[in-house]
Amino acid sequence: MTIEALHSNPLRDPQDRRLPRIAGPCVLVIFGVTGDLSRKKLMPAVYDLANRGLLPPGFGLVGFARRDWEDQDFAQQVHDAVKENARTPFREEVWKQLLQGIRFVPGDLGDDESFQRLRRTILELDEVRGTGGNHAYYLSIPPGLFDDVLGQLRRHGLVDEVGGSWKRVIIEKPFGHNLQSARELNQILSTTFPSHSVFRIDHYLGKETVQNMLALRFANQMFEPIWNNNYVSNVQITMAEDIGIGGRAGYYDGIGAARDVIQNHLLQLMALTAMEEPTSFDARQLRLEKQKVLGAARTPKDLAAHTARGQYTGGWQGGKKVVGYLEEQGIPPTSTTETYAAIRVDIDNRRWAGVPFYLRTAKRMPRRVTEIALEFKRAPHLPFTDTDTEELGKNALVMRIQPDEGITMRFGAKVPGTSMEIREVSMDFAYGGSFTESSPEAYERLILDVLLGDPPLFPQHEEVELAWQILDPVLDYWAALGTQPEPYVAGTWGPPSGLEMMARDGFTWRRP
Amino acid sequence: MIEELKNTSASDIAAAILKARRNLGTASGLVFTLVVVTDSRHFNRVLGAAMESGREHPSRILVVVFGHAAATRLDAEIHTGEGVPGDVVALHLSGELTQHADSVVLPLLLPDSPVVIWWPNECPIDPADDPIGALGTRRITDSSGSADHLAALIARAGNHAPGDTDLAWTRLTPWRALLAAALDQYHGRITGALVEAAPGNAPAELMAAWLETRLSVQVDRVPGPSGGITSVRLHSLAGDVAVSRQPGNSMACYNIPGQPPREVALPRRDIQQLITEELRRMDPDDIFEQVVAQVLVRAKRGEINVSGRSQPRVRRDEADQK
Repeated sequence: MTIEALHSNPLRDPQDRRLPRIAGPCVLVIFGVTGDLSRKKLMPAVYDLANRGLLPPGFGLVGFARRDWEDQDFAQQVHDAVKENARTPFREEVWKQLLQGIRFVPGDLGDDESFQRLRRTILELDEVRGTGGNHAYYLSIPPGLFDDVLGQLRRHGLVDEVGGSWKRVIIEKPFGHNLQSARELNQILSTTFPSHSVFRIDHYLGKETVQNMLALRFANQMFEPIWNNNYVSNVQITMAEDIGIGGRAGYYDGIGAARDVIQNHLLQLMALTAMEEPTSFDARQLRLEKQKVLGAARTPKDLAAHTARGQYTGGWQGGKKVVGYLEEQGIPPTSTTETYAAIRVDIDNRRWAGVPFYLRTAKRMPRRVTEIALEFKRAPHLPFTDTDTEELGKNALVMRIQPDEGITMRFGAKVPGTSMEIREVSMDFAYGGSFTESSPEAYERLILDVLLGDPPLFPQHEEVELAWQILDPVLDYWAALGTQPEPYVAGTWGPPSGLEMMARDGFTWRRP
Repeated sequence: MIEELKNTSASDIAAAILKARRNLGTASGLVFTLVVVTDSRHFNRVLGAAMESGREHPSRILVVVFGHAAATRLDAEIHTGEGVPGDVVALHLSGELTQHADSVVLPLLLPDSPVVIWWPNECPIDPADDPIGALGTRRITDSSGSADHLAALIARAGNHAPGDTDLAWTRLTPWRALLAAALDQYHGRITGALVEAAPGNAPAELMAAWLETRLSVQVDRVPGPSGGITSVRLHSLAGDVAVSRQPGNSMACYNIPGQPPREVALPRRDIQQLITEELRRMDPDDIFEQVVAQVLVRAKRGEINVSGRSQPRVRRDEADQK
């Protein structure tokens, strides 16, 4: 659906905000549909969209995988996944609507015959469901297989946008494992799809979160004046997970925390925190601002002093006994993959010069939390005695991303009583406490964006490459060391080197 | 409330603490005051619906109940906890105080935040001019909760003020969304339209008025079997764009010229879902304002049959000559 189409529709009016935009008729084809992600996230997201009335009556869902399934076997899988994991209540009539468009194509990614079958299935759906040749391909498969799939789609005429129809592709992180491989990946994608048809999903970073941050920063007057190096002393961006690597040994080992989380998620959060105000919120302007700030960001020269990496050892996490990384199933006992990564990033522009951004992420931390904390400088003069302000910390503004998305401010207040004593207090706002609708899942927003053809707020390849440019020196440095990452006990906030790296700059990590 | 967690983990405990804190609610998280005006006959049902909507909208809910006793008296019940993230206060008024209900409500409004007034049943002739109605930034009525739906709708239309909406309009949103989506895809010229519903159905009149304002074509209202709107058809040369739903069915049939007919989920929504949609918007609904103005135009042309008896429709050309 184009903007022109919207304009020509007499029933639509920008003021009529009750009317949701419903995606046009289309087919969503999922490769790798038997995977965990598809069952836990994609299928429930599709159902939730349908339940909210946002999917078109003409909608097809095609699964492709190496399984000996009939349509109804696949439908049963979808049904179970939806019942188990959907966010919204199960309604028979919504399921009936979805069921009419569910198909399964058994087959191999390398097999021509299978893609013939896929083509016939999709064309049949175009016919009976009126999906009009609009197809979205979700590649829930390892990036190494993209080349094969895209080649097959091309050869079988499944990517040509004929007669006003559209074809789009959705891929997931990791977007490469360094700058070089990210470029190669983009090369492969661009042979088949123009860049506006490629949707990269970072499932940690929902569009809701991005928009919440934009609203906080640019819809308010009170934050902007202090959002700079006159007032901010340092910024700490943390993503801690309480889980270990679970069943993802094959994916995780050799990738590590920095590639898995810092490259995409934390650098995106940093860009959103540090960027200038875009002239408008259309996707292109937003991307330009993020690119500018990522282009100005760099890691310090002395990487030994300003980075830290660790690997968890066995211990107790949240009351449960857990094994160390090297004892996890499928991990070689000599692995040097880091499960804790912390780096300092500096942004060379007028707003941020001299304000270090600290990015850290790890597995097996005490609790699951993602947050961005701006720590402010101390007031230049305190008209109190030292003992009065003993308990006064630094003012901070914390944007909590998850769980319990919200904003916390920390500041000093006088303790009631006769003596002058100032202590830190916090003021808290939670989206869940003040708003009615629970936020849609990142996947729901993304799938809807893809089907509507909304320009994605998710990164395009330029941003992905800029992020690798920032991170590559750190990765190279760590690889060159050839040593084991520093051990830390599971269920703690990381290795001593992480604390020392902050102490060198005169800061300490907040406890999130 | 004490919640026990057995065989648990630190993250479950943290989640339970968070939930408990939310359920407890603090005034700083409450986003608006909802004032529900009702009488003792409907009190229990209305209180239930208000608490239910409070679960989704953390708010202070004041249920104002007008009693029939002659003595002037104010009784209140305060509900907190009970799984409702906010305060629910029932105010029972009787005697001379019923004339001055605003004096009780005004001091209890939350600072700064919006005030929503909801009349689930009968409402004043001019809601914005009512002493309680005047306190609200948004006023929600339900003409389907009145004895005569169409008479109520026309009265609301005649006294419309910015910020007023009616649940009869809210009931239409899923229908309107499907029709708008149909015209996203189908670009043929619409030459006329038809709304089929049982006589005396307020949403059907709003639908007809909406289509007339948007499409500038004649919109016919034809009687259908009971059960609200059963069909909306937009005529074009290539055929009809149509959404139809049989009474008691939660699936609708969806037709677009040149595409195969399809079934789509279109369940009826309960009062909580309607009020939840209403409470999402605190600004005036401009489209609704245009539509009720059109309702008055249609009523003047005699196209709305207030008495519920059948009456010949006025032809478009005749109406234009007036």
